[in-house]
Amino acid sequence: MSYPRGTIVRNTTAARINHWITAACFVLLMLSGLSMFHPLLFFLSALFGSGQWARAIHPWIGCVLLVSYAGLIVQFWRDNFWNWDDIAWMAAIVRVLRNEEEGVPEVGRFNAGQKFVFWSMGLLVPALFLTGLVIWEYYFGAATSIETQRAAALIHSYAAIAAIIIWITHVYAAIWVRGSMRGMTQGYVTPGWAWRHHRKWLRSLVATGSPGPRPRRAGENS
Amino acid sequence: MSNLQSQDYIRISATTLTPPSVRRHEQEVAKLIDVTRCIGCKACQAACMEWNDLRGEVGHFEGTYDNPLDLDPNTWTLMRFTEWDNDQGNLEWLIRKDGCMHCEDPGCLKACPAPGAIVQYANGIVDFISENCIGCGYCVKGCPFNIPRVSKVDHKSYKCTLCSDRVTVGREPACVKACPTGAIMFGSKSDMTAWAGERVIDLKARGFENAGLYDPPGVGGTHVMYVLHHADRPSLYAGLPDNPKISALVEVWKGFLKPLAVAGVALAAVAGFFHWITLGPNEVQPEDEAAAAKLINDSQGRT
Repeated sequence: MSYPRGTIVRNTTAARINHWITAACFVLLMLSGLSMFHPLLFFLSALFGSGQWARAIHPWIGCVLLVSYAGLIVQFWRDNFWNWDDIAWMAAIVRVLRNEEEGVPEVGRFNAGQKFVFWSMGLLVPALFLTGLVIWEYYFGAATSIETQRAAALIHSYAAIAAIIIWITHVYAAIWVRGSMRGMTQGYVTPGWAWRHHRKWLRSLVATGSPGPRPRRAGENS
Repeated sequence: MSNLQSQDYIRISATTLTPPSVRRHEQEVAKLIDVTRCIGCKACQAACMEWNDLRGEVGHFEGTYDNPLDLDPNTWTLMRFTEWDNDQGNLEWLIRKDGCMHCEDPGCLKACPAPGAIVQYANGIVDFISENCIGCGYCVKGCPFNIPRVSKVDHKSYKCTLCSDRVTVGREPACVKACPTGAIMFGSKSDMTAWAGERVIDLKARGFENAGLYDPPGVGGTHVMYVLHHADRPSLYAGLPDNPKISALVEVWKGFLKPLAVAGVALAAVAGFFHWITLGPNEVQPEDEAAAAKLINDSQGRT
């Protein structure tokens, strides 16, 4: 894909495809899962044809999401290591929430909030997958004891609620911080966006003459 | 079972509303299985298959009288045979007719996520309404007695209906009708409890000092009850739970956390909305672009 002149690549095409497959799976899992979680939300199962269909399709989408999220981990893990900048940024979280960017410590490609989303999903997705297998009645209904299945259903339900709340935060942040959404749809951001939100990242790109999303390593061709 | 008149429901799975409740005068029914009078003939099993039109797969002989070996979507009642060496060193052949206990507080119904897939009639019978069943197997997790079985063919859960279709028109369940020794009785719960009391007195007089009625209070009592010679040790009878109750894990899963979790999700969305209308979007300013341009220019100037 070609990007407008003067912009910075925030996410590669591969990363964006990977992200949106994950996103589609997550939304479908959330809708079908919530329909089986609370009676008031059972109507959501109609989106999948029927309750039987929602129940049947849910675990398969979960399998796709596991693979897809593993892809995201491969794409993004390097830039999600926790460091001291994150502590400083967290200390300034109130300023961030008030859109008072002055005085907020500079951060790299991802801030502490984004790293939290990345790692918490990195924990919740495998947890949901494993507990989901245990309660996948058709294939694994007889594989574990009923008491194990009860525990798995309990963990699966509330891990999913945690994931949904984190997902809402993630989606809202993308809407709130203007320019982020384009970074994941068309893949690019303006230098001003990078300066405002991820100044260390911008500095590392500029210092190495990289078009993004990662700084050029020594010896790499331009 | 098919859907009977909805006014007969006192509990409906996965509903937040009060079920129709004008018919509360209806008498509660119970089936009393007198294990001490059972001869293990399996007429009840045959009658159940006959009335409900169930034909299971032919299985394998595994050196036990249990046939088939377990409950399945086509086997709603099953004679379970236990050979027990009693404290005097004598063999006792304990034969228990296993099947749905029709709990007053049904764990299956509590766990079920499909509206109207499990109902409890005013007479106490717990029934699965197959057309509403989604095949998730949550009823299996809810049940303290390990009764429901989900079919691999049609993805519906099945169990004893207490012949709700027969009971509705004033007849006894098929197993009761077929029993040649009178070991299975059917009537109002109070009558059955009274009759069981007489049986227990008789059994005690004959030396079974721990004889008693199995009507476990942990699930609010059941609409299928047993007379046991050893009521102090129900688990002797092929693992009949000594003190069945809905698992604490199921109670937490389906308890107060559930509406709280939905509220939490809604709250997160509402919080986002109010942040948007009070503090608004975070826009890149011209100063940001200018500063970035300067950074890039300075860098290019150096190279």
